[in-house]
Amino acid sequence: MSKPKVAFFDFASCEGCQLTVVDALQTHLDLLDAVEIVQFREAMTEKGEDYAVAFIEGSCTRPSDEARLFKIREQAAVVVALGACAHLGGVNALKNLHPLEDVRQWVYGDKAEWYETYEARPIDAVIQVDAVIPGCPIDREEFVRVVKALLLGKKPPVPDYPLCVECKLKENVCLFHLGKFCLGPVTRAGCGAICPTHGDGCEGCRGLIPHPNENAMKDVLAEAGLTVEEAVARFTMFNTYQVKDRMVEEEAK
Amino acid sequence: MTTVKIDVHHLTRVEGHGDIVIDVQNGEIKTCRFEVVEAPRFFEAFVRGRSYLELSHITSRICGICSVGHATASLRATENALGVEPSEQTVLLRKLNFHGELIDSHVLHTYYLVAPDFLGVGSVIPLIETHREVVERALRIKKLSGDLCAMIGGRHTHPVALTVGGFTHFPTEQELRDMQQRLIDARADMDVTVALFATLPWPEFERETEYVSLHKDDEYAFIDGTIVTSDGFSYPISEYRKVTNEWCVPFSTAKWTKHNRDAYMVGAMARMNNNFDQLHPRAKEAAAKLGLKPLMTNSYLNSAAQVVEMVHCIEDGIEICDRLLTRGIQPEKPVEPATLSGEGAGSCDVPRGILFHNYVYEDGICVRANCIIPTNQNWANVNADMQALLPQIIDKPQDEIRLAMEMLVRAYDPCISCSTHLLNVTFV
Repeated sequence: MSKPKVAFFDFASCEGCQLTVVDALQTHLDLLDAVEIVQFREAMTEKGEDYAVAFIEGSCTRPSDEARLFKIREQAAVVVALGACAHLGGVNALKNLHPLEDVRQWVYGDKAEWYETYEARPIDAVIQVDAVIPGCPIDREEFVRVVKALLLGKKPPVPDYPLCVECKLKENVCLFHLGKFCLGPVTRAGCGAICPTHGDGCEGCRGLIPHPNENAMKDVLAEAGLTVEEAVARFTMFNTYQVKDRMVEEEAK
Repeated sequence: MTTVKIDVHHLTRVEGHGDIVIDVQNGEIKTCRFEVVEAPRFFEAFVRGRSYLELSHITSRICGICSVGHATASLRATENALGVEPSEQTVLLRKLNFHGELIDSHVLHTYYLVAPDFLGVGSVIPLIETHREVVERALRIKKLSGDLCAMIGGRHTHPVALTVGGFTHFPTEQELRDMQQRLIDARADMDVTVALFATLPWPEFERETEYVSLHKDDEYAFIDGTIVTSDGFSYPISEYRKVTNEWCVPFSTAKWTKHNRDAYMVGAMARMNNNFDQLHPRAKEAAAKLGLKPLMTNSYLNSAAQVVEMVHCIEDGIEICDRLLTRGIQPEKPVEPATLSGEGAGSCDVPRGILFHNYVYEDGICVRANCIIPTNQNWANVNADMQALLPQIIDKPQDEIRLAMEMLVRAYDPCISCSTHLLNVTFV
């Protein structure tokens, strides 16, 4: 069997997820025996256009990005969103909380109209995405698990239960008991609860779980003296694209 | 007469998107420049309205390679704005974390991105077959530096445990001891690294410029200190704008910076030019083996200077572990802000050069932010170098010119995602 051809692409992002891919090679150098990387601008000069799997890091933030995305979708049998920017919009979408004109004026002053930009959005707002590797940045081990699953023709195993499950397994003291705020109850697990384990509340970089128990979350918030509005506002760090409408609704109430 | 047309669309083995454009018609240079085509990201605009506790976590996302540097500069800006004085333990842990990132970034650049040029290959991947030992050594050093960052910050990219006034997690004494031993063991890998890079045929090219970095009298400065330049200027960090003087160039809308001349350079070579005396003795030995001493004026040697800094950070890292182990490491509560309103600037000399963050807070909410990134400060100098180099090599074959220019831009280790947190080039 010939090795599947793989390419990496980046849009608006910090490229930290691609670096995490490079880091995965420290412990999994044999990955390179299983796939052939034909394009990876950050790490190699060669640019092959014949690929079956496309990993895309970054958000779509300007109309001209769409043409590049359509081209990738046309070529690739499998498109994987790599990390929070591609999966959710991530921090790039924070600008969507401000009027676009204001953001451009603020940064570019009287040159604002020279800059092409629109509301930042996840990749699946533009093209169909077959698999996601969540997180900001992605988790190295999860990346390897997803690649293995794809090589075996299986659906990649991304958890759909909340972070609290993993946090409990780590035997962490719940951060709410320590007077801190955490989005773990409604955020997708898979990172090993890395932030709570290091004393910091979950910031929701892996996105909402499919069916969050909103009532339970409300109870937790009430106990901690917080409102839904405040919780939703916290969710905007990575999930503005997903919660913006909800915020408008809450405001209207 | 010579006619050269080079358009390197999306230069590879750099972080971010940029193009080299050269147009020579009948011996006359029409165009010779590096253009940035990365998508703008608007960080300064969208951090407005966020809590002071979120700023370092958001701005670390400017860059995946130097996220610890951005987080640290961000924390220092916030702490200066809100009257927070971090403890001795916090200062030591931040330095150690910073060293981890510097080693990580430099090993990535020197081994993965620069070395392939000298070995005539397009990436590090073919080297796995031909130079397995070299690749495995690079992976070992990279793993060590990543593990060092993770021990302190929770993970390397986008550190978790760094917060205003301190940390939310602490390494154990045993973890520190083990890490110190690994740093000591890494000396052997660094010796071989220095020897390897000493054999590389660095391209010859001299163009003196102004070199800008942080400076401290008692240590090789990476976090805090004063801003100094090789032209003899010195400023407190709060006056960073006197150095950066952002300006616009007619052919692009990217802001560049200049100080005493039309351009200045930041990064490993600039730091070494200004702070050679403060290097660790073993790093000075490495510099001697690589033939480096101030004043270095060949920008290609920036990559060699990075090798020297890796040696420095490993040695200084061993000493910081000693100090932490001697004084004992204790979980500490972060220092609370004295006020929630105010303005502050913070600076770190990150892998690619001096970085500034500057915020204004009202009631704990950010209302204004400015970040000036090393790569932006280098753009004017990159272009000045390209224009000085081109006439010297103009009669060479086009492929050789292209490679020389690519290697020159790559030597600066440009971080284009960083530089477009704010700026972008539109073709006019």
